[in-house]
Amino acid sequence: MDFDIFIKILVAAIASGTPFVYAALGELITEKSGVLNLGVEGMMLVGAICGFIGMATTGSIFVAVVCGMAAGAFMAGIFALLTLSLMANQVASGLALTIFGVGLSSFLGLNYTSVALSGVPELHIPLLSDIPVMGELLFSHDILIYCSLFLFAAVSWFLSKTKAGLVLRGIGEAPKSAHALGYNVIAIRYIAVLFGGAMAGLGGVYLCIAYTPMWVEGMVAGRGWVSLALVVFATWRPARVMIGAYLFGGITVAQFHVQGFGIEIPSQLLSMLPYISTIIVLVFISRDPTTIRLNSPASLGATYHPSQPHS
Amino acid sequence: MSNIPPRLQLKGMTKVYPTVIANDSIDMSIAPGEIHAVLGENGAGKSTLMKAIYGVVKPDRGQIMWDGEVVTIQNPAYARKLGIGMVFQHFSLFETLTVTENIALAMDDYKEMDSLAARIKKVSEEYGLPLDPGQLVHSLSVGLRQRVEIIRCLLQQPQLLIMDEPTSVLTPQAVRKMFETLRRLAQEGCSILYISHKLDEILELCHSATIIRGGKVTGYATPADETASSLARMMIGKELPVCSREKPVMDGEECLAVNSLSKKADDQFGTDLQSINLSVNCGEIVGIAGISGNGQQELLYALSGEHYSDDKGSITIDGKPVGHLNPDQRRDLGLGFVPAERLGRGAVPGMSLSNNAILTAHRHGMVGKGLLKLDRAADFAQKCIADFAVKCGSKKDPITSLSGGNIQKYITGREILQVPKLLVVSQPTWGVDVGAANIIRQAMIDLRNDGSAILVVSEELDELFEICDRLVVIAEGWISPSVTVDETSKEAIGLWMSGMFPGGPTEDKSTTDPKKTG
Repeated sequence: MDFDIFIKILVAAIASGTPFVYAALGELITEKSGVLNLGVEGMMLVGAICGFIGMATTGSIFVAVVCGMAAGAFMAGIFALLTLSLMANQVASGLALTIFGVGLSSFLGLNYTSVALSGVPELHIPLLSDIPVMGELLFSHDILIYCSLFLFAAVSWFLSKTKAGLVLRGIGEAPKSAHALGYNVIAIRYIAVLFGGAMAGLGGVYLCIAYTPMWVEGMVAGRGWVSLALVVFATWRPARVMIGAYLFGGITVAQFHVQGFGIEIPSQLLSMLPYISTIIVLVFISRDPTTIRLNSPASLGATYHPSQPHS
Repeated sequence: MSNIPPRLQLKGMTKVYPTVIANDSIDMSIAPGEIHAVLGENGAGKSTLMKAIYGVVKPDRGQIMWDGEVVTIQNPAYARKLGIGMVFQHFSLFETLTVTENIALAMDDYKEMDSLAARIKKVSEEYGLPLDPGQLVHSLSVGLRQRVEIIRCLLQQPQLLIMDEPTSVLTPQAVRKMFETLRRLAQEGCSILYISHKLDEILELCHSATIIRGGKVTGYATPADETASSLARMMIGKELPVCSREKPVMDGEECLAVNSLSKKADDQFGTDLQSINLSVNCGEIVGIAGISGNGQQELLYALSGEHYSDDKGSITIDGKPVGHLNPDQRRDLGLGFVPAERLGRGAVPGMSLSNNAILTAHRHGMVGKGLLKLDRAADFAQKCIADFAVKCGSKKDPITSLSGGNIQKYITGREILQVPKLLVVSQPTWGVDVGAANIIRQAMIDLRNDGSAILVVSEELDELFEICDRLVVIAEGWISPSVTVDETSKEAIGLWMSGMFPGGPTEDKSTTDPKKTG
């Protein structure tokens, strides 16, 4: 009986961690190019409502996903225009993007607060999903969760095995060197930022059509910030992003279950956990400067102008 | 053979920046297999011209002919396709990537990491510049980093290799080795554009030279027919200045003493200091030679007070232990310090010249009752600008508006004007042109004549031999015995720089006692 609940929590943790997977992997790519986009929360919200509207209007998951990704990318496009073309400060622009996203999503969602969606069906993979425990844990999720696993594999492969991934890392590390070798730093950063926005949007879509199929104002509820923290928590490594995402997802669902077990922990304390653990990890990795130096993109957050003379 | 078109020909190359004309109708031509020097002071426009050839900078006017045909080089990828390779002065490397990854980024036709690594190993050994392809670049010494840049170019079998001030970071032995490589490349038909302001190197290596001053060509020369002073005249427009240095008075009292200073480096890639003993007397200049990354940084941090020492007596100034004092307290005891990083450590970039003066000179009457006396600071700044011929708009301008050489003159001047009892200077003329370097060196010699003790850390042997009275060498955190300049030679010091001195790291690795001679 207890074991069943444990499995249920694990399955729920995967679902609950999936928005983090999308948003954090997107932000990971953005940051690897040397751009710090603090607007993840805003991009997730706008992606969520646009995906929700798409789903409510057409009933198609595909349309919802496309709408959400496009909306997230659109938000990221504004950010890219400000920071990459107009050289605005990345931190300030990112914060503004979040505030803008909160307002815009509320406005767009005015007429959708009472709309109910059917949700996304779980795909029971024949045979595999019948395996006890493992079947439930691994092979009976909805399609968006499988997509997130595919995204993880793709991002890991891209960063470690492809030339394009190498160029991306190089640009985040030393944009001036990359420029001297003939790479178009600004163009590549645009692509990275737009990808990050699309993934944040997709994370938002997952939240409002699959995880809890409805629209509530501000429903992203800090998940964008957790995703940002997650990238640092993972020291910019995709595999650790996955671990962190499911860990934080697990903590989120655990809030609903601990009271059932009669454990008296205020839920507020549990919802603080992702942030506290990020701070602890940050302190821990900052003690060793080489870890930071090897993994964090050296030019993160710094405005780059190609015609700046070498100093 | 004379009807073969030049490998590269430039006609009327012009590049204008908002404040300065970097290149003013420059004409130049290089034959296949020729080693051609581009000679000029810092800021003469050499680097800009090279970047235009490599497609990093777009020229405003002018024509580039490649093997007799007019070409437009829009970007470095196209330059590489033509067969142009470039070794940058400020390396264009990515520190957190491996050697192979760094090279892959510059290869337009790279396919597979493993085969590339094998090729790097093969080619680097062929040219006598062996490299480990799997190493991370930030763990490499400066000399090895340059090797990565050179191999990166050689892998593409260039027709023209551009070398931008390549020897500033090498030991004399390494320079000789690099010259061999370059001569061999030239014999294989590769043209080489060699940029430098070091006259002896050009006399030794190059077949022909173009001399640039203030963005304009001031002459073409055949180095074999010239002397250092005739080239210098064309380069700086006047005779090569020489420092006047009288015989040292070697009876001053001990001012700085370092007694068995050992320190583990903070950074995994730093160098541990191994029981360093060193002394500097009043009225003498002591030089520390060595290839960068051999413990100079760590030693300087310990001397300046930015890092404390475990044993406060391990560093003394005038006999007083200072190992536990912070930089400001040490300055109160008469220490002056000029770090190698001009901006950030030596000066605050966004602040004016005048405010930057206050940072270290505030104890000379610039603060009263907790308030700044800005007019005093302004007077001090004005004097520093005048005495050290600092070229700047005004003392109110931010220090970043100055060129590197002028910043160096200013922050060195700031310390010298305070007449410190002990002056510690790191890389006093790194990237500074001949004229400015001479002013800085002469000022240090004058300060020494007035009885101050001076410690100079430099990678340029020529400079150390010009100004120092005694020399020591630092290698892998060990320090050599000291020798007077008259007793030694550049070759001997060069050997010591690789650790081969009595008690040094390569002399006898089994012992930890640096005093033991084998």
